[in-house]
Formats: sequence, structure tokens, C-alpha cells
Amino acid sequence: MKKLITLALAVCLCLALALSASAEGSVYYLNFKPEQDAQWQELAALYTAETGVPVTVVTAASGNYETTLMSEIEKSDPPTLFQVNGPVGLANWTDYCYNLADSEIVKHLTSDAFALKDGDEVKGVAYVIETYGIIANTKLLEKAGYKAEDITNFETLKQVADDIQARKDELGVDGAFTSAGMDGSSDWRFKTHLANMPIYYEYQADGIGSTPAIKGTYLDNFKAIWDLYITDSTCDPALLASKTGNDAVAEFVGEKAVFYQNGTWAWNDVSALGEENLTMLPIYIGVEGEENQGLCTGTENYWCVNGTASQEDIDATLAFMEWVITSDAGRKSMSQDMGFVTPFDTFTGEYESTNPLVKIDAAYTAAGKVPVSWNFATIPSEEWKNGLGSAMTAYAAGTGDWDGVKTAFVDGWATEYELSH
Amino acid sequence: MEKAIKKFWPVFLLPTLCAFAIGFIWPFLWGIYLSFHKFTTISKTTFVGLDNYFKVFADSTFVDAFWFTAAFTVVSTILINVIAFALALALTRGLKGTNIFRTVFFLPNLIGGIVLGYIWQILLNGILTNLGLPLLALDARYGFWGLVILMCWQQIGYMMIIYIAGLQNVPGDLIEAASIDGATSLQTLVKVKLPMVMPSITICSFLTLTNSFKLFDQNLSLTNGEPGKASQMLALNIYDTFYARSGAQWKGIGQAKAVVFFLLVISIALIQLYMTRRKEVQQ
Repeated sequence: MKKLITLALAVCLCLALALSASAEGSVYYLNFKPEQDAQWQELAALYTAETGVPVTVVTAASGNYETTLMSEIEKSDPPTLFQVNGPVGLANWTDYCYNLADSEIVKHLTSDAFALKDGDEVKGVAYVIETYGIIANTKLLEKAGYKAEDITNFETLKQVADDIQARKDELGVDGAFTSAGMDGSSDWRFKTHLANMPIYYEYQADGIGSTPAIKGTYLDNFKAIWDLYITDSTCDPALLASKTGNDAVAEFVGEKAVFYQNGTWAWNDVSALGEENLTMLPIYIGVEGEENQGLCTGTENYWCVNGTASQEDIDATLAFMEWVITSDAGRKSMSQDMGFVTPFDTFTGEYESTNPLVKIDAAYTAAGKVPVSWNFATIPSEEWKNGLGSAMTAYAAGTGDWDGVKTAFVDGWATEYELSH
Repeated sequence: MEKAIKKFWPVFLLPTLCAFAIGFIWPFLWGIYLSFHKFTTISKTTFVGLDNYFKVFADSTFVDAFWFTAAFTVVSTILINVIAFALALALTRGLKGTNIFRTVFFLPNLIGGIVLGYIWQILLNGILTNLGLPLLALDARYGFWGLVILMCWQQIGYMMIIYIAGLQNVPGDLIEAASIDGATSLQTLVKVKLPMVMPSITICSFLTLTNSFKLFDQNLSLTNGEPGKASQMLALNIYDTFYARSGAQWKGIGQAKAVVFFLLVISIALIQLYMTRRKEVQQ
């Protein structure tokens, strides 16, 4: 028995040695999206089998990416491929980012807008484009006597929602909107994604792309949509502080609510309702000319290559990235298994995304609607979002007032900008 | 025997000493070093002198968190020790089922803080909803008392065990002598038992005091500092400074806060040890 164990150990050792000796460089990808962990692991194994280059994929727990990255990057085998969420995130990591300007992957970008730049250097590359809006259950809408096409601005949205809310018993629902949960698992839908609307319109009106001090020009519109979410809802606004993301999904999939604000990434959660019963509506907030507004489309996922890694590892990583976006296996995995819409010109024909919510977005764009850009990458800090979230929760519960939200939105921005720069 | 110890002491001492140096002393020194620097990761740091420390005291959230923590520590230390001692007295009388009760009271201590925090969040929110009151995350007063209840529930059993051990060590002849001299049970408690269990009181008050002051998990999972930062304790404030802010300078400020926090905890603990030690008697 003992001999057997010794033998087994020796074999293990030899294998390990052989593996490490055969590889020139290696790839270590610190993945941000837990929902796609399995697909990345699979892809990594496939690449190693094909080329012999070892690829390690580690996925950080939800909400812990920065902390994980901070400790991983100090190790002797740091991640060679990691991600940042945009200009604000890049500020922390710019010293670690390899200049990708001459890399193949940048050449495959469909638009320069998807490259994250610091001066002349390309420090990051967007790898997935996502879209959010109000996901609606068309079957229930029809039952109430409406069509998705009836909703073209805030006024009609409110009219439909109010009517559904008033007839909720007759329709067998608990409310028009799913609970706007302000628990940590769901509050980003509002303190970040919904808050993007007033930020977007202010940037548009002022013709800017970021600002040290936001004015809050569209805060009244923000109040209108937030009021609608919390009054035409499945639950008492005082309970929102403890409502989770799963609560909202359960209400929506259980057909207890008609509207659910979320994005393309949530397709797997809601697919049980059936593609034919789902659509996505723009988030209307009552701004002049919003009939032409599309869904909110953008990215907060940028790949960065660790410039402090050894040159062999950097080269191996660049080769891996190129393989992912050009090979059949990589393209299939990203577009079909992970359901991503990517900003690369290699994803054509059968490699276009099959995610129905993505198709809805494409239809909006084809119809000439103007997509709303993601401006939350310019939010000065996580603290700003937290402050806004607290104030919104307190306002909903009646323990705070709207002035609290205004203060968190306007003054909080200036304070946080000051503190972060 | 003595000779053997003299010869072999490194075998017994060195492994622990190494672990202590690697796991405690080295990171601790690094922490102090980093509190004078601006950094994102610890291999690239820039010296900034005392700047971080000035910013710590300019940050009003840190001072608020200090007062919240101080109030919480006072309330929970008193409550936990008084109740634990009362339970220990009740469970050293030889009542039926004593062992079952001891086990039951001790059990909560075996559950981790994060889990407890979430469980109690659901429980307390349920009660508050039924009473029509704002939820935990909406009113810092409920957050405060929620934390007190949670800590009592978790710690009383543990302290109770220590007090039981102390009470069982009170020599029977002393109590007998007291009763022959005509002492009432209250007098026996105050004049005989209390002075004799003083060492247990020292250790229990030390544990509750430092545990409450350093509380993190329960604070994070029960209220997460909501509303605003009104129920945020010092440890969570430090964590937030380190992780929720963007910009390299905040890491250093968080680190400086941690050093200040360490000094606070150690001075409070030393004062408490000095005060209760003075009251201990020799048997």
C-alpha cells in the first residue's frame, strides 16, 4: 500500500514538472462575472488542450472583485488578465495596465469608443456590451388590454402602470412593478442603473461626458419614475429595505408583476416565461422628446492586461485573447454559451448573440431609437451610490424626504469628486 | 526534566513563535508602515508623512462611528456580564436539567457572526414589520438595539460557562463559614462569591469589552451601517474607507484609521484590566 502511494505521489510530481516545463508563458484570468464561470473554465481547458499553454481562470465572488484583485496582483503569479469597470476603476489600476494600442484585439474593435484610453495609450478593451430597460410581460399586458407599443413615453407608462395597479386583483397580480428591493443584491438596479437616466440627460443637455459637480437638472424626473416604481409595486414601500434581487425575480417569473427593471444579463432568470411573452421597454422619465429614446446600452467590463507580468506571460495572454475572439470555439462560447454581445468585428453570422433581450435591443436601434449611454462609470465613487441608495430607501419608507435624495445626488457628487481627486 | 526543557525549548516554542511572527508581527509592522503611505497595492507605495493621520480626524464619519461604538460597548458589556452571571448563579444550584440548559445557552456561540447577523435581520425585520415600525436599515436606534440583542444572544452563553467555572471554584468551606456566621444569601453573594470570582469577571469583561469594540461581522450583516452611516461601527468604517472609496489616498487613510483603532482598543483594554485586577483577592 505504502509503495503504491509513493508511486502515485512520484507520478504526480513528474506530471507537474512536465507541465510546468512544457509551457513558455501562462495565462491567469481573474474573471468578474460569476454567472459565466463555468464557460470560462471550459474555454480555458480547451485552449490548454489545443496549444499547451496553461490557462487559469479564477472568478471573484460577486461584489468582491476589487478586493480579490488587490490581493491577487501582489502574488508571485499575479493575474495576467483582469478587468476594470471604466475610467474611475482604471484610475486605481492604470500603473498595472499594459498598453494594448498595437495588439490584435484592439484592431478587431468595431468602434474606437470601446477602447478605454489613458492619454494616447489603450489601457482596456470592452469585451461585452450590455443593455437594460424595463422588462415587461406582454401576456399580462394584453390581459390588461394593452400592447407594448402603447407605451411610448413616461405619461403612457404611468397611465398603464396605474391602471394595472388599480385592477391588480382582477388581473391576478400583486402590482405593476416588481419590488424595487434596496437590499445589496438589488439596490444597484436603482442607485446605479436608474440614476443613470438623470445623469445621462444632464450630460446631453450640457454637452459633456463627465463632470466634477452634477447639477441635478433632471431630479424631478428621477423622482417621478422612482415614485412610480415604489407606488405601483407589489409591496409596501416601507419594506423595500429588506427586499432582495431574488424577490423581484420570483415576483416577475411568478407572474405577480408586469414590469421588472433589469438587463440582458438577466435573460436566464426570466427565460421561463417564454421568449414570446417578453419584451423590453426604455426607461421613460418624462423628458421632452423621449419617444425617440432607446434602451440603455453600454459596458462596464474592460479587459486589461497586467503590464507588470513577464513578457512571456503578456504575449501568452494577448494570444489567448485573440484566440477567444477569433477561433470558432471561443466565438461560440462567448456569443452562445455566455450570451454576450461583443464589440468585435469577428462576431458575425452564426456568432451573433441569440439572447432574445439582445435581439429586442437590436430592433430598437434598427427602428432609429437613440440608445442611452452608460454614464455611471463617471460616478465619482462607490460611496456616492451608497449615499444615494440610503436616501432613496429612506424616502420610500417615509423616514426621509426627497431633499435627502437631492443632497445625496448633488452635494454628494461634489464631495465625493473632491475626495477622490 | 528541567534539563530536557532547557535543551529542547526551541522545539516547543519556535513553531508557535514563527507562526506568530508571520501571522501577526510582520503584518502589524507593515500596517504601521503603510499608514504613512499612499498606495493601491503594497508593492508600490509613496511616502506622505502624517497626512493620513490628519485626514482621519478630519473625517466626521470616523468620530461618529467612535461614539456609536462606545455607546454600544458600554451597553453590551454591562448587559452581557450581568445576565451571564445571573444565569451562572441559577445553573450552579444543582437544578434539574442544568446540563441541558448550559448546552442550550452555549450553542449560539458556535454559529458564525455573519450567519447570525442575517438570521437576526430577518427575525427583527419581521417583528418591526408586524409592529408597523421602520425596518432595521431605516432607523439607527433599532439598528443599535438589534446589535445589542444579537450580541447578548451570542455571547451570554460563553461568558456564563466562564462564570460557572469561577463559581464552582469558590471553596465550600468559605460559604459554609459564612452561613454559620449568619450571612444572608445576598451577603454571601456580595462578600464571598463576588470577590472570589473576580478573576472570571476580569476575563469576561475583557472579552466582552474588546469583542464589542472590535465588532465587525454582525455589524456588516445586520445593518451594514444603514441608514447612511448612522449605525456604522469603527471596524466597518475602516473597511468602508479602504474599499468603498476610489483613489489611492484612501487606502492609506484606512490604514491610519486601523492604527488609531488599535491604539484605542489596547488602551481601553489595559485600563479595564488594571481596574478589575485591583479588585482580585488571593485565596
